[in-house]
Order: sequence, then structure tokens, then C-alpha cells
Amino acid sequence: MTDTLLSLRELRIGYSVGKNEVTAVDGASFDVAPGSVVGLVGESGCGKTTLARALTRVLASNARITGGQAIFGGTDIMALSEREMNRLRWRDIAFIPQSAMNSLDPVYTVGNQLREVLVKRGRLGRAAARDRMVELFEWVGIEPGRLGDYPHQFSGGMRQRVAIALALALDPKLIIADEPVTALDVIVQRQILDQLKDLRDRLGISVILVTHDISVVAYICDRVVVMYAGKVVESGPMAATLTDPAHPYTMGLRNAFPDLAGAAGELVPIHGAPPNLMFPPPGCRFAARCPFAQTRCAGAVPSLKDLGAEHLAACHRIEERDALRAEALKAATWADMRGAA
Amino acid sequence: MTALISLQDAKLHYNVGGILSSLRGEPQVVKAVDGVTFELQKGESVGLLGESGCGKTSTGRMLVRLDVPTDGSVAFDGEEIAALKGESLSQFRRRAQMIFQNPFEALNPRFTIAASLAEPLENARIPKAERRDRIHHALELVRLAEPGQYLDRYPHLVSGGQLQRIVMARALILEPEFVVADEPVSMLDVSVRAGVLNVFREVRAQMGLTAIYISHDLALVRYVCERTIVMYLGRIVEDGPTEEIVQNPLHPYTKALVAAVPVPHPDQSHDPLPIGRGAPDPKNPPSGCTFRDRCPMAHARCAVEAPGPTKVGNRTVHCHTFDQAA
Amino acid sequence: MADATQTGPASVAQPGLLRRAFAAMHLPLGDPFAIAGIVIYLVFIVVAIFAPSIATHDPTEILFTSDFMLAADLRPGEEGYIMGTTTLGRDVFSQLVWGSRSALIIGLMAAFMVALIGTIVGVVAGYFGGWLDTIMMRLADIAFGIPFLPFVIVLAAFLEPSIWNVVLAMALVLWRDTGRVIRSQTLTLRNRVYVEAARVSGSSDLKIILRHIVPNILPLSFLYGSIAIGWAILTEASISFLGFGDPESISWGYMLQDAFASQALSKGAYYWFVPPGVLIILIVSAGFFISRGYEKILFPKLDR
Repeated sequence: MTDTLLSLRELRIGYSVGKNEVTAVDGASFDVAPGSVVGLVGESGCGKTTLARALTRVLASNARITGGQAIFGGTDIMALSEREMNRLRWRDIAFIPQSAMNSLDPVYTVGNQLREVLVKRGRLGRAAARDRMVELFEWVGIEPGRLGDYPHQFSGGMRQRVAIALALALDPKLIIADEPVTALDVIVQRQILDQLKDLRDRLGISVILVTHDISVVAYICDRVVVMYAGKVVESGPMAATLTDPAHPYTMGLRNAFPDLAGAAGELVPIHGAPPNLMFPPPGCRFAARCPFAQTRCAGAVPSLKDLGAEHLAACHRIEERDALRAEALKAATWADMRGAA
Repeated sequence: MTALISLQDAKLHYNVGGILSSLRGEPQVVKAVDGVTFELQKGESVGLLGESGCGKTSTGRMLVRLDVPTDGSVAFDGEEIAALKGESLSQFRRRAQMIFQNPFEALNPRFTIAASLAEPLENARIPKAERRDRIHHALELVRLAEPGQYLDRYPHLVSGGQLQRIVMARALILEPEFVVADEPVSMLDVSVRAGVLNVFREVRAQMGLTAIYISHDLALVRYVCERTIVMYLGRIVEDGPTEEIVQNPLHPYTKALVAAVPVPHPDQSHDPLPIGRGAPDPKNPPSGCTFRDRCPMAHARCAVEAPGPTKVGNRTVHCHTFDQAA
Repeated sequence: MADATQTGPASVAQPGLLRRAFAAMHLPLGDPFAIAGIVIYLVFIVVAIFAPSIATHDPTEILFTSDFMLAADLRPGEEGYIMGTTTLGRDVFSQLVWGSRSALIIGLMAAFMVALIGTIVGVVAGYFGGWLDTIMMRLADIAFGIPFLPFVIVLAAFLEPSIWNVVLAMALVLWRDTGRVIRSQTLTLRNRVYVEAARVSGSSDLKIILRHIVPNILPLSFLYGSIAIGWAILTEASISFLGFGDPESISWGYMLQDAFASQALSKGAYYWFVPPGVLIILIVSAGFFISRGYEKILFPKLDR
């Protein structure tokens, strides 16, 4: 086994909604190798954001980790006390939120906020902190002269870079980025992705990148983890997973994306909507939207099967994947699912 | 043949400095749209492409009279939109419609779907007896199965993809000739995006609609529009057939834009973008060509003179590189 | 299929007008304090409506004892006067009962006027903007500069002291707070996407205001209205106590003034001036309890 930085083992996270318990992440397992970017893909409500937040232990007040482990450097970070976790934050695990505007304090300059992290958390002296701030700003491509500016003086893309600089401040080993480029324009998006890629290559930082956009995954990720309705349905090396997806959901996602490089083909939607997690279906959670579903799919939950080369997928018809993949490329296959709930 | 839509040097400027800075003689003006000229023929579908703040949405809003140009002309079927009043304005409202970006905000949360869909019908004085059929028909038009089930529901009980189809149905219920769609799928989940886009495409063809599709994503524009207008800081930089722009962008900004679009393939170019760092600042744009501070090809003339339109084949490009060649 | 979809918008039953009006008031029934406030109000309203049958005497009638002496300064219970009499020989209990009438008339009228003027001004200024907005907001600034109590006194003195002039004076000054707040709320509502959608679909300004803006603003109007009730009753009491009140109508403020002028304190006639004071406190606090309930509806985060 290759060395891993972070290893998730059957992680379960639940929300209490009124009297009910909703399992938002249901037994997620995957590994993150040092110096790699792992894409966590899925549509809204699939549990990817909950999972990312759980790894930094900043969950909503009604959320609870109900089982499993996340081993980071030999310790289970899910079992750490709030104080021990605080020692890990910033220094080992850093977080980039979707909207940097919400994570920056509007009444302090960005320099002040960066210095606070460096001095309070990193125990740097004033002069050392100053040098480090300039270095960080240069890394993320902002004029160091703008350290004295307030967050509102930056554009959305620039603020996102400030958030990245903050996350990098104390040389973390792992950055968890929750849709860091979703709200941004394509050019800025590309520049920020290039930045993250550069940091991975130069500093050996690992990134868990939460996104709904498989184009972003294709551009930057080394591995992909596809989630659907709280479960990991497929995970594997990026190239293999996107070229030869083994799970019908991944196949469907690939069809739904416009491709500027290819011919202007037909986009094929996946009809229907994800199940209500308050009342999850008994079998495969994708069955109701899956054009290849059989009776057994509604009965039993498929488990993740190893397809070799670190590629795993959870589908009852996994053995027929090559045939299904060919079927999935046809628009008619998915059109029959229009009646799906 | 006359154009259905015609913009002639249309401008939309906002005074953001307030009275004080005007009195000091240094008014702060944001030029959201700064001299845009184009025409749309009947049945054409055109993508307005650009980054946030480039004026694409403001242009779209002027076309349905949500904003009134501060200068220049915006005409619909030969009539100046800003001058419409009374009956001619309500006629215009029947003929030109808008599909909004965020379906979760585009319907009043206090109203049932039926009540929201009835509003344009009331305004057009469609008799009550006809309304129910029209509503059903509109919901069927946007391919919603069993339209009856939505009527008495409130928006928060309907999923995003379905909601956007309902917003589309409201825009189409009066059978308009012209529709502005402002990033209609950007708030939706990927798996349902394609469905909404397909409905838009099919309905447009079926009704022969003239359409403007506003987006920052060239891949989406390419999917629904034959022609694309690229904007940067309130001005048009390139205008031409979408496929040509995708295959061979001419303007340096369009080049960067095309290169920046990620594709869902493992094998793709990771070359650095042919564009300078920094971001457009609408309050303080560079002199001359507004793109010159990020342009890899900028030269002395670009700082002095704003480039005018130059015809290159089927396309119009606003760049000094091309007016020299011409 | 056609049968299954008979429930078109036209066939949706319209709920009764009364029920809709009741629903439109968004009564804050979730908050125990607000419920207490509403109960207190209901009791006062019942007393005010049935004042003639509840009161044992005419509140202005000068009463005599059985031996034809002036019934002045009788203690509670003496000669059958439940709460005693005043120095002029009037029944305290009956005055209290009738006082609830003028308190409620003043409170509700002022609240209604303040809410009405403030809402109209706020919605018009916020929705249309431009010079209308400028004029109305400068008027509000002027109203903010007017010292409240002196203005009410001067106006009452000019026009003749009557409770209607007190109401008028209150309305002329207090609309400013309501108007300001409702204007800013309207400003945010005006730019909601669904309001723009309504405009594109051809709805007139009036229709947009009535359909999409006002329903969202009503709770705010009621909040400021319920605050104005308390203010109005307090103000009327102050004015009457200072002697600028309507001499024709009996109010709690008038009772306090009467007691003060008749040196009730030195006579130890607590039964005379304590009850009106308590009632003023009770009804004003009830008004604030209700407004607190509205605040909870409007700004749920304040609770934390």
C-alpha cells in the first residue's frame, strides 16, 4: 500500500431534522495520497460539502459524526477533542470556503487577518510574519502592496486568492476546498486552478476539491470520488474514471456536460431528482433514475467492488460495465427515463 | 428585411459617486454598457458572452426594459423601447420576455405556481375561462410531466430544474417573439442542466423565437446559439458565428476565454492562458482599448484609441490588430 | 386525464374575506408574551365597548350621598361606590371604565393613522424613488426634528383640545419612523427577482405594489402600529395630566391630573390615582408585548 495522508474509513455523518435523523454521508471510504488532488464530485445534497466540513470539524450544530474514522497522520481526527483539533487546523489541515467573502472579516485588512494566523497560530515573530505574508501573496498572484486593503476592495476572484493565501499560511499538508471556483468566471477559475496545481507540484500539498463540475476534476484532479445521495458510488484514478466510468451515474454525469473541445453534440440529462434522504430507498439509491436498473437494484444496496488499479464502484451490474458504457453514450437510453420521479 | 432588435451605440452608465463627488467635479461613473451596437434578425439566437461585470446582463435588461439606456438607442421592431407607454408598452410586454437566472427567487414564494403563471395572463386580459388551458399548455410546452400536479404547489416544494421550467413557462405563456435568458442554468445541478437546456432549444425552434442567451460559459452558449457576441467591460469585442469563434477566436480576449473553458476530458491543454493577470475594473477602465492592460498583443496605439468594428469574414472584431491588417 | 386536472386557478376556492384579513394581520400567536398582550387588549376592548353597561354611574355626574351631601372623597366601598369618589364627587370606578374607551380610541386611531401614513409614504418613496422619494424623506427628516410633546401641546392648543387633535398631532409626527423603515424594506423588495419578473410580464406598478410588496410589508406596519398604540396612550395621558386634554372626555390621564390638582396624595386617596396609573402601564406594556411578538416574526435572529 502506498503511503496515505488521510484515510477515511466508513465515515457516517447524520443531521437531526426535527425528530428524524438524516444520514447525509453514509459510510464514505477513500484515501488521499500526499501531493495529490482528490476531486469529490456530486450534485447538491449528495453529502460532499458535509463530508468536507466534517474533515475540518466545522459542522452545523445539528450534525453529528455517527460512525467511522478519518485517519490523518496516525490519529483519528473524528475522535479528537476540540482543543486537539484546533492545533491541527491551519497548521495541518486548512479550509478554503466556497465564498471567501464570508470567511474574511470586513473590518480588518487582509494583511491583518493573515498576520493574525501567522502570529497567533504559527508563533511567528513580526518580521518573519511580514516576510511570509509577502511570500504568500506572491504565491497566489496578488501584489504584496495590497496587504493593507480591506476585503471589499478585492474582486471575487482576488478574494478567493486571499482565502487560498490564508489556507497556505502555515504550510498545511492538506487543504480542503469547498467549491473554491464555482462562483467565478472561467478565466479566474482557470487561474486559481493553476495556482492550486502549482502549489501541489511545488510544495507537495494535498487538496480535497469539492466540486460539481467534472470539467474542473478533469483539469486538476489525480483521483475522483463520486458521491450520490450520501454514498460513494465510484472512486478511482481521474483518467480511468472519466474515460471508463463503471457506475451508471458517472456515465450519466459525463453525458450531461458540454464539451467545447469535441463536436457540438447532444447533452443528455439524467431525469428525476435524488431521493429524499429522510426516507432513503432500500436498494441502490440511484436505481430510480438509472436506465439499467433491474429488480435486484431496488432490493439490495450494492457494495463498492474493486476493479483493480485502485478503481472501485458500487453497482449490481458492475460486470457488464463495458456494455453499459456503450449503451450510456446513446441519448435514447436516458430518454426512456423521463417518467422517473 | 428589418431587424427585430436593434441597438445603436447603447449606453448604460451609473453614477456611483453620489452628489458629493459630482459637486467636486469628479463624478464616479460605472459604464455598465458603453456603446453597444448590434442587430438581431427574427428567429436568430445569439449568445451574450463575457465575465461578470462585462455588461452582458445589463444589455439583456435593456432589451426587456428593466433598465433604460442612458444614451443611444435600443429598438424593438423599429420602435424605441424607452419611449413605449401605455398600450404600446403592454403590447411590448407580451412580445418580449425574460427567463431569470435564479429560479428559486424568480417566483413569489407566497404564490402558488398557478397564481404566478396566471399573472401575465391577467395582464394581457386573457379571459378567465381560457387561463387554465393556457397554463396547462405552457407547462406541457416546457415538458413537465403531469402539469396538473404543480398548480397548487408553492415554489419551495418544487425542485430547481422543474422550477426553472416553470419560470420558462411563465415567460412563454403569452407566446412572445423574443426572449432574453439570463444564465438560466447556472443555479441548477449538472444532472438537470442538460434537460433545461434541451427544453430551451426545442421550444425556441418550435416557436421560432428570437433569443438572447446570456452566459459566461462558451460551452453552453455553443449548445444553444448559432451566433455569439463577446463583451468585455461594457463593449463588444467580437461578434460572429459561434462555431467559428469556438474553433478560431480572433480577439485576444476571446482567445483567452476559449482557452480557459475546462473540458470534461483527462487529456486537455494545460498551457498558461494568453492573458495578463488582474481583473477588469469597471470603475476605472484603461484608456483606449479597455482590454489593453491584460492583452499580450497591446501596443502604443491601443492606449490612445478605442478600436472600432472591423469586418473579418463573417465576423466583427474590435481590435487594432485587425484594423491594421484590413 | 382532463378530470384529474380540474383544479385550475379559477376553481381555487377563495377563503372568506374575514379569514383573509385575519391572516393578513399575521398575529404573533407563537410568543407567550404576545398572547398575554393580545388577551389584555381583548379585555380592554370588551370593557370599552360595554362601558355604559359596566360603569355604575355617569363618569361626569356629580354624586350626592343619601343624606344629600356632596359625595366627595369617599373611600372604596363607602356608600356603595366600589372604588370611592373624587373630590368633585364623581365615581372613580366609572371613570376608569370610561377611560378605557378614550385610551383605546386614541391608541387605535393613532396606530391606524401612523401605520397607514407611514406605509403609504414608505412604499411610494421606496418603490418609485427619484424626486418623490427625496421630498418624502426630507419631510421625514423635518418630522424627526420636531420635539414630540411640545408639538402635540401646541397643536392641541391651536386647534382646541380634543382627542382627535391629539391623534392628528401624533399621526403628523410619528409616521416618520414607520415611513423610514418601510421605505428601506420596500427598496430591497423592489429589486427582488420576482418583482422584476412581474414587471416583465406586464404588471402595472400599482399591481406590483399591492401584490408583491405590500403583503411582505404588512407585518412591519403592524409592528410600528402596535408601538404607536403605547405611545399614543402615554402621550394623551401626559397631555391630559398637563391640563391640555379634552375636558369633555374622561381619560386616565385626566383622572391623574384631577387627582393631582385635588391633592389626592396628601389625602391618602390611593384608590383614586393608583388604578389609572396601573391601567396605563398595563395597556402600554401589552402594546409592547405584541410588538415584541411581531419583531420575533420579522427578525427571528434577534432571539439569540
